[in-house]
Amino acid sequence: MGLERPPWDGEALDRLAEAVPGSVARRLDANGQASALVPAAKILDALRFLRDDPRGRFEMLLDLAGVDRLSLPDPLPRLEVVYHLYSVARAARVRLSVRVTEEDPKLPTATGLWPAANWFEREVYDLFGITFQGHPNLKRILCHREFVGHPLRKDYPIRKRQTVADPDPLTDELERPRP
Amino acid sequence: MSDVPDHRGDLPALPTEEMLVNLGPSHPASHGTLRVLLKLDGERIVRAVPEIGYLHRGFEKSAEKGSWTEVIPYTDRLNYNSALLNNVGYCKAVEALLGVEVPPRNQAIRVIVSEMSRIMDHLIAIGTNLVDIGALTNFWYFFNLRERFYRLVEKLCGARLTTSYVRIGSLQHDLYPGFEDDLRALLPEIPRAVADVRGLVERNRIFHERTEGVGAIPAGEAIAYGFTGPCLRACGVPYDVRKSHPYYGYDQLDWDVPVGEAGDARDRILVRFEEILQSARILGQALAKLPAGPIAVADWKVVLPPKERVYGSIEALMGHFKIVMEGIRVPAGEIYDSTEAANGELGFYLVSDGSGRPYRVRVRPPCFPIYSAFPRLVEGQLVADAVAALGGLNVVAGELDR
Repeated sequence: MGLERPPWDGEALDRLAEAVPGSVARRLDANGQASALVPAAKILDALRFLRDDPRGRFEMLLDLAGVDRLSLPDPLPRLEVVYHLYSVARAARVRLSVRVTEEDPKLPTATGLWPAANWFEREVYDLFGITFQGHPNLKRILCHREFVGHPLRKDYPIRKRQTVADPDPLTDELERPRP
Repeated sequence: MSDVPDHRGDLPALPTEEMLVNLGPSHPASHGTLRVLLKLDGERIVRAVPEIGYLHRGFEKSAEKGSWTEVIPYTDRLNYNSALLNNVGYCKAVEALLGVEVPPRNQAIRVIVSEMSRIMDHLIAIGTNLVDIGALTNFWYFFNLRERFYRLVEKLCGARLTTSYVRIGSLQHDLYPGFEDDLRALLPEIPRAVADVRGLVERNRIFHERTEGVGAIPAGEAIAYGFTGPCLRACGVPYDVRKSHPYYGYDQLDWDVPVGEAGDARDRILVRFEEILQSARILGQALAKLPAGPIAVADWKVVLPPKERVYGSIEALMGHFKIVMEGIRVPAGEIYDSTEAANGELGFYLVSDGSGRPYRVRVRPPCFPIYSAFPRLVEGQLVADAVAALGGLNVVAGELDR
């Protein structure tokens, strides 16, 4: 009854480094999990390669998470976005990290690659204040529309409360093009 | 009647107007605080705009403020229909980062409570989904069984919903004497309840017409949207974390992954029926193979030493003091670990800075990406279809909004 580690696909990251030059700045493999640090300018190319590579076939954007590195030993650039990709066909996983500065927290959107990125990116925008350029509907998703600040940043006080009186009419979203 | 003029054929077109209707955020058919703004043309949905966040409590922020152990009660409140599964998922992820493996008996107990929890979750999902489309009786059949499971859970850990039963490296306590008999007595009830409800719906024309083709999505698109769990399996994709990345000996048990074909509301219900029966199979085997032995890892840096030792030896006293005052020291690093929860892949992405407190606890709630596809599933269908589709997705606001 051993605890088995899910197969993390380091070879896919090797192929990525070869196929998209400059896409793997550093390998961040840890605890048996294949992971790469990708420059912001290369993230879309890297994601697209992993999705379409016939030997990789990472067809699912499993998760997208933000991290505020403010009080980690290696704090700069401060904001990190972590992509977890999954290949249903091959039962393989891989992780990509991108770091952006606090002053210029911008990344290209992955909504063109996966519809799942839509809400995931809205959440990271809401909680960390990272802007995903080209996103079709970059609105707050968990916090309300009058909320000020980004609560999962380390300098946001946990006891701070913000209330809203009126619900979002949502009518602006009725007219948006479908993803 | 012959003098009544016949207007058929030359009626003037009636004026139509699109209408906006809010479904939720507080409505019996919306299963929690979900709000969808619907733009309607008659009864047909032209546009659906979901708004979430009504139940946002700041789970991930709160998790950063205490010790790793203090996160466990918060996990009860993610998918509150299957709190035990969340407890197991979180503790397993922290243990992976710690590099510890719980003893075989603990693993077997975790399998048992997980499958009990999955059955309870599916009973609610199917029961309420069928109520939404007008089939009330089966709800009582299922809630009868669910209530018996809840009594068992209550007897096991003192709580019905907010269980907090699992500990990092251990459990709250071992099974009580007689648990195995109680559960064994319950096992025959599971197929009976499923047969009762299936008997009511399987050849029921209303059921088929209300669910067939409703909220359907093809497999490729479901994967692109990040579907996992019963909703993905209903599309015919046999992805189950327990099979693809086995943990706790799931690969040594004999059970199947049921799949559907159409990926619609009907297949989601039928897949869940079958999963209840498969979980019952797992329960029977896990009970038969339940090993003896300790439930806690033998490491006082991870689990509290036994109380009698704390009173009698300085090492145990120090171990106790360190865990209570400083928390478990999880080594610096990051990890993603996942389990198969009732709604799909429940992932935890943990970042530790080596202190006794979590630096970042990111939870991947399975119903978040699933619900993001809701407009895609219901646009072009009828309002009543939106209600039928929503129940089958089993969106739980607790884990959706965190």
